Amino acid sequence: MSSLAARHRRDRIMTGAMIVAVLVAIIPLGFILADVIVKGAGQLSASFFTQPEPFVATASGGGFGAGIRGTIKMVALGSVVSVPIGVLAAVYLSEYDPRGPLATVVRFFADVMTGIPSIFVGIFVFTAIVLVTHSFSSWAGGLALGILMLPIIVRTSEEALRLVPGALREAALALGVRRWRTIVSVILPTALPGITTGVLLAIARAAGETAPLLLTAFGNQLLAGWGSFNGPEAALTLEIFANSRSPFPAQQARAWTGALVLILGILVLSLIARAVVARRARGAR
Amino acid sequence: MTVLSAGRLAAGRRRARRPADTLFRFATAACACIVLILLAGMLIRTTWAAWPAFSHSGISIVTANNWNPNVNQFGGLSFIYGTLVTSVIALVLAVPVSVLIALYLTEAAPPGLGTWLGYLVDLLAAVPSVVYGLWGVFVLVPFVTPIWQWLSSHLGFIPLFSQFASGRDFATAGVILALMITPIISAISREIFRTVPADERESALALGATRWEMIRLAVLPRSRPGVVAAVMLGFGRAVGETIAVAYLIGGIPNKITPHLFQQGSTIAANIALQFNEAASLPLFKAALIALGVVLFVITLVINVAARLIIQRRGRLT
Repeated sequence: MSSLAARHRRDRIMTGAMIVAVLVAIIPLGFILADVIVKGAGQLSASFFTQPEPFVATASGGGFGAGIRGTIKMVALGSVVSVPIGVLAAVYLSEYDPRGPLATVVRFFADVMTGIPSIFVGIFVFTAIVLVTHSFSSWAGGLALGILMLPIIVRTSEEALRLVPGALREAALALGVRRWRTIVSVILPTALPGITTGVLLAIARAAGETAPLLLTAFGNQLLAGWGSFNGPEAALTLEIFANSRSPFPAQQARAWTGALVLILGILVLSLIARAVVARRARGAR
Repeated sequence: MTVLSAGRLAAGRRRARRPADTLFRFATAACACIVLILLAGMLIRTTWAAWPAFSHSGISIVTANNWNPNVNQFGGLSFIYGTLVTSVIALVLAVPVSVLIALYLTEAAPPGLGTWLGYLVDLLAAVPSVVYGLWGVFVLVPFVTPIWQWLSSHLGFIPLFSQFASGRDFATAGVILALMITPIISAISREIFRTVPADERESALALGATRWEMIRLAVLPRSRPGVVAAVMLGFGRAVGETIAVAYLIGGIPNKITPHLFQQGSTIAANIALQFNEAASLPLFKAALIALGVVLFVITLVINVAARLIIQRRGRLT
């Protein structure tokens, strides 16, 4: 047995190692955020959100209006596909037969699905939609994002539904309210903040995806109309990717600004998601 | 009379209630099934689309090292090699750091500070991979290049470090992957460490153990399977990561080399980088889809194994 002093020294060394590990992770995060702000803030202006990229690669000015619009369109499409399906699936997992075989298998594979590479989802949608319709499209991009959002929404919504007190269910059923009515009018509204948080996190994840969109939306330098979904579509991430691989400083600068806008958007979504949860926690108390 | 009509009333209501309830239950069950159908459908549809390549090249897609699409040779072994090498580098760097972070946040940090640091580490997971790639190319590559050169000239007798070729290489891609999987491994490890019962910690401390001894005696032994699962999930994420690696690996096919400071490619990066070239060449395109199927199967196996470990653990505790 080593001496007490040696044991305490070892304890301090390991605590020091833990603190170093935290710094090793947080310092690069600080650098990433600082670099994105320093290199990206210069070109940030209102027109960056509305203007498309200039036709001349070396020209400065212009913006990622096409990509920002495309990302919003496709994330909205993805949400329309995945939110109803995901929430209803979560209702089955938490309200009907939570320990049954179907629920167990679905829960397991929803977890597995969160680990599937996003580029594979892009390949699938490419084979299922793009090869069939012979065109890259906003539909295909939105569907790919929806598939990526689905397992996140299923699992977070299930967690939210499980937090609804059992007494609330029993009270509604004891009053003679039908099962589906109980779920729609009592349980889902109670779980709404938690579900909203899950949906926002899924949206944040989808908005940052690049690889699947490369094979489905393809990218587009022109502003596509809000209502046009049949042609190649730009995305904020795709424009960052394309511009950052250019040798021209103007395009690289736009890529940094795009990254700043993307990170700010994701941060805002995450903060709103946390605020929704925090408000619910206060309300419960 | 009253009893009879009450019974009839109840029966009537039950009959009236049944369709809506049954329908709603059926709808939710159908939505739950969509997850399963989607997974199976993805595998079937992509395998079918990749079939021309599988029947043209057979098993050599994963065993041969000759990726020459212009002469219809599709041996993708080098991509599998690159995927494994970069992911292993990422694990070597990220696992100790992530486990120490998780230990600090659950066992050692002052409660308020721990929560905030936890948010910050989670923030690393919120940074999109395209931003990691952009930052990697313009900031990380210039930063690590002299370090790699120094390692190469001073530790060059170790084959891993010899023959420096470029700052965009297996090693740099591994570093960025390590950053990306650290929040994942540490978040899951944190959950695992939290499930260790307080009385076991307290028993160790009451017997006079220091904090580190308590961690070694009470926390780590109990958590080992869970941490293994966390590491596997991080590995699965590293294997499938596309864009950040596509930026940083160099994108050179057919490179199977022990030298980490040379350019190469991975399965996912190669699909992203070559997809446009393949647009008008059906067999080339099918071969890239086939690589995607290989990637899917690898990550599916990793994720299923990791989730099984976590599930079994959940049942034990």
